[in-house]
Amino acid sequence: MSPSVPLQEMIRAIRSARTQCEERGVIQRECAAIRAQFRQADNGGRSHNLAKLLYVHMLGYPAHFGQMECVRMIASPRYSEKRVGYLGAMMLLDEKQDASLLITNSIKNDLSNSNQYIQSLALCTLACMGSAEMCRDLAPEIDRLLRASNSYIKKKAALCAVHIVRKVHDLGELFTKAARSLLTEKNHGVVHGAVVLITELCERNSETLERFRKTVPDLVQIMKGLVISGYSPDHDVAGISDPFLQVRILRLLRILGRNNEAASDAMNDLLAQVATNTDSTKTVGNAVLYETVLTVLDIKSESGLRVLAVNILGRFLLNNDRNIRYIAMTSLQKIVGTDHNAVQRHRGTIVDCLKDQDASVKRRALELSLALVSASNIRSMMKELLSFLSSCPPELRSQTASGIFNAAERYAPSQRWHIDTILHVLTTAGGDVRDETVPNLIQLITNTSELHCYTVHKLYRALLSDISQQPLVQVACWCIGEYGDLLLTGECQETEPVQVTEDYVLDVLETVLQSHMSSPSTRGFALTATMKLSTRITENVDRIRSIVSIYGSCIDVELQQRAVEYNALFKKYDHMSILDIFPELFLDKVYSVKLSFAYNNNVQSAGLSPPLCGVSQVCDLLDLLGGSEQPLQPSPALGSAAPPIPVSAPNTVGGDLLDLLGGLEPTPITPGLTFTYTHNELQKQETGRLTVTLTASNSTESDIRGFTLQAAVPKSVQLHMKAPSGDSLPARGTAKVTQMVVLNNPNKVV
Amino acid sequence: MMRFMLLFSRQGKLRLQKWFTSMSEREKKKIIRDMTTMVLARQPRSCNFMQWKDLKIVYKRYASLYFCLGVESQENELLALEIIHRYVELLDKYFGNVCELDIIFNFEKAYFILDEFLMGGEIQETSKQIVNRSIEASDMLQEDDISEWYEVELFG
Repeated sequence: MSPSVPLQEMIRAIRSARTQCEERGVIQRECAAIRAQFRQADNGGRSHNLAKLLYVHMLGYPAHFGQMECVRMIASPRYSEKRVGYLGAMMLLDEKQDASLLITNSIKNDLSNSNQYIQSLALCTLACMGSAEMCRDLAPEIDRLLRASNSYIKKKAALCAVHIVRKVHDLGELFTKAARSLLTEKNHGVVHGAVVLITELCERNSETLERFRKTVPDLVQIMKGLVISGYSPDHDVAGISDPFLQVRILRLLRILGRNNEAASDAMNDLLAQVATNTDSTKTVGNAVLYETVLTVLDIKSESGLRVLAVNILGRFLLNNDRNIRYIAMTSLQKIVGTDHNAVQRHRGTIVDCLKDQDASVKRRALELSLALVSASNIRSMMKELLSFLSSCPPELRSQTASGIFNAAERYAPSQRWHIDTILHVLTTAGGDVRDETVPNLIQLITNTSELHCYTVHKLYRALLSDISQQPLVQVACWCIGEYGDLLLTGECQETEPVQVTEDYVLDVLETVLQSHMSSPSTRGFALTATMKLSTRITENVDRIRSIVSIYGSCIDVELQQRAVEYNALFKKYDHMSILDIFPELFLDKVYSVKLSFAYNNNVQSAGLSPPLCGVSQVCDLLDLLGGSEQPLQPSPALGSAAPPIPVSAPNTVGGDLLDLLGGLEPTPITPGLTFTYTHNELQKQETGRLTVTLTASNSTESDIRGFTLQAAVPKSVQLHMKAPSGDSLPARGTAKVTQMVVLNNPNKVV
Repeated sequence: MMRFMLLFSRQGKLRLQKWFTSMSEREKKKIIRDMTTMVLARQPRSCNFMQWKDLKIVYKRYASLYFCLGVESQENELLALEIIHRYVELLDKYFGNVCELDIIFNFEKAYFILDEFLMGGEIQETSKQIVNRSIEASDMLQEDDISEWYEVELFG
């Protein structure tokens, strides 16, 4: 076909422009010329003009003024103009433009044209940009073409029908019968179109799926014909006869055989035949094998066939071609849940793929490796994963880090190993870990009391070498604050001890405080740690006081508040048991509601009348819901007793700021008041809602009046307190006060 | 189904764009930008598949042109590579040893060939010969048409 000279000249002119500015100038001139031409009467160059406009559009310049010209050209009787007009419609008009409706009539006329090439233009355009209204209008036409036309048009009509079904789901009914009959045609193009149409119909509607199950034998027949048949020059690709059709049929068989024994049986033999006979030296053969494997794994195939499929995937894993390895891992990912052992056999190869150069392959290998970690291989897998972490591309870091944490949590062989692993991750990729890592690690460290010395030594050393990784610094500061005394003793069993003085430790904490790399929350950690050390060290308390008071005028509000409060503590109290070591925390990871019943002590009670001060109260951090394995730990807590209580108990003036975490043993802090909590375990696990019943009784000699219960919960939990049965507790346990509290954790937040 | 097919040069200049779903101009431009950056950043001998949002991206380099296909997640990636290869073969047969310049100066013909091979995001015709024959016939029809017009114009 002779090239369009005006078009080529314009292209040459644009390409010879040396700068962006020059190009814009050329294009503006051309567009002006085109616009002028559009306004003129019919001339022979219309198609050339539109073609020029389309080229300009492809370069990224606006071309909307060509839309009406497209509409006009589509209506032209000349084929050359129609062709370019339809091309323009596909490029410039989409269903969002108003002008697209104008071509509906033209398309309708062209669909009944005697020339099949004009019909095909219309079909192609409809399938490309047909809106829902257009589809509804023209669906009957398409149906007619599906039944009675030549194979050239039939195959196009089938794909047009696919587009219509995607746009307007209800119209699927219209095409069901025609689709069925198209399967029997000889022409591969038509059969392919029919298979695509049937696939689309089955995916949308389960009743249609049921009806089309009857076609499984026909499909199997067609497939067999393709696989066994000799060389057919028309459709052969590297020895495989029409791989495109084969793959589509396999996909349809997958949909029809899913969850259906009978259909799966009917295709068993065929799948086995394809799996064994297909030549896998070229990509084409592997494409067909890949589709076969996916089908086998998805339908209810017999075990022999499944083993065959997994073996094929294993072979793919060893293939030199990266693409094949990639898709093998993608498929294995899908079945790692169901056929775990089969996939485990290939663990070595998968872990090797972690070292591949290619980023896509690495990503797949990482996901699959994380899925394959189990209790038996945790140590070796973790070694591989940690070495991967140090060399992996930055976009995979946080995924690797969180994967390692999850695996470590589930399968850690020992506490020390667990802590070591987490520390290793924090030192390597500290910037990419999630926020909840820090509290989780703190909880872990707290709970392994035998390793406190070891942990604090390791963290101290890590801090000495690098203070840029925020999560690591935060945990290290916290640790030094809690267990600094262990650091100073200079002894440690599990690791070499450091010989430090209190000054060195305080130097380190001050460096963190002053470093510009530390985030505000890290500074908060460091300040609190410095404060805690004041109870653990003996000589440099003054230094600590001065550090703390400096931050009393810090510009950061959080730090300032902390510093001021700590200053107040220094002034008021000699021994601050608030700063004692944390007891063991119980946090259920899977589901927990961490409930803190924290009560404000009446430090302010100094201002109240003497009778009130007598009651010394406990502040207690409660963990009511310790998790499904752990038994409920009931702990007493006190409501704030506001009204006067005739007191004979000794008066502890200025009362202690009692231990915030005085321990979870149910020691009655105040003689006489006892509390019990009950809740329904099952209810908690199922609905995320927990109803706690609090019963209080008073066994002292005197009545307590005005008794109220207060509670605080984290934001993710909703708290409803029902009305108490009363607010006075008569003496000697003669009556009880009960109150129901409903806790709702709808999002199952940890 | 396939969502889009893009052809671009090593410098990131777009040579062909075919969209199989309806999208706004802004979205199209964004996708083109993303695809060119992602594909051009790949190492020479790396895997031809990538994940982008919920789509799989299959790309292949032929001489100075990158062919980039965005397919949905249930599609067969290896077959997508074969589709790209088949399209290149069709272009090659039509232009005779096709090169990038052919596609630049005859872009509308590249579209016509694509429209005979793919439609609505699916393969239309699996036989090379039939596609070639259809293109030839359409071209002849266009020639007849043009010569007719010349006749009418010149001879009244």
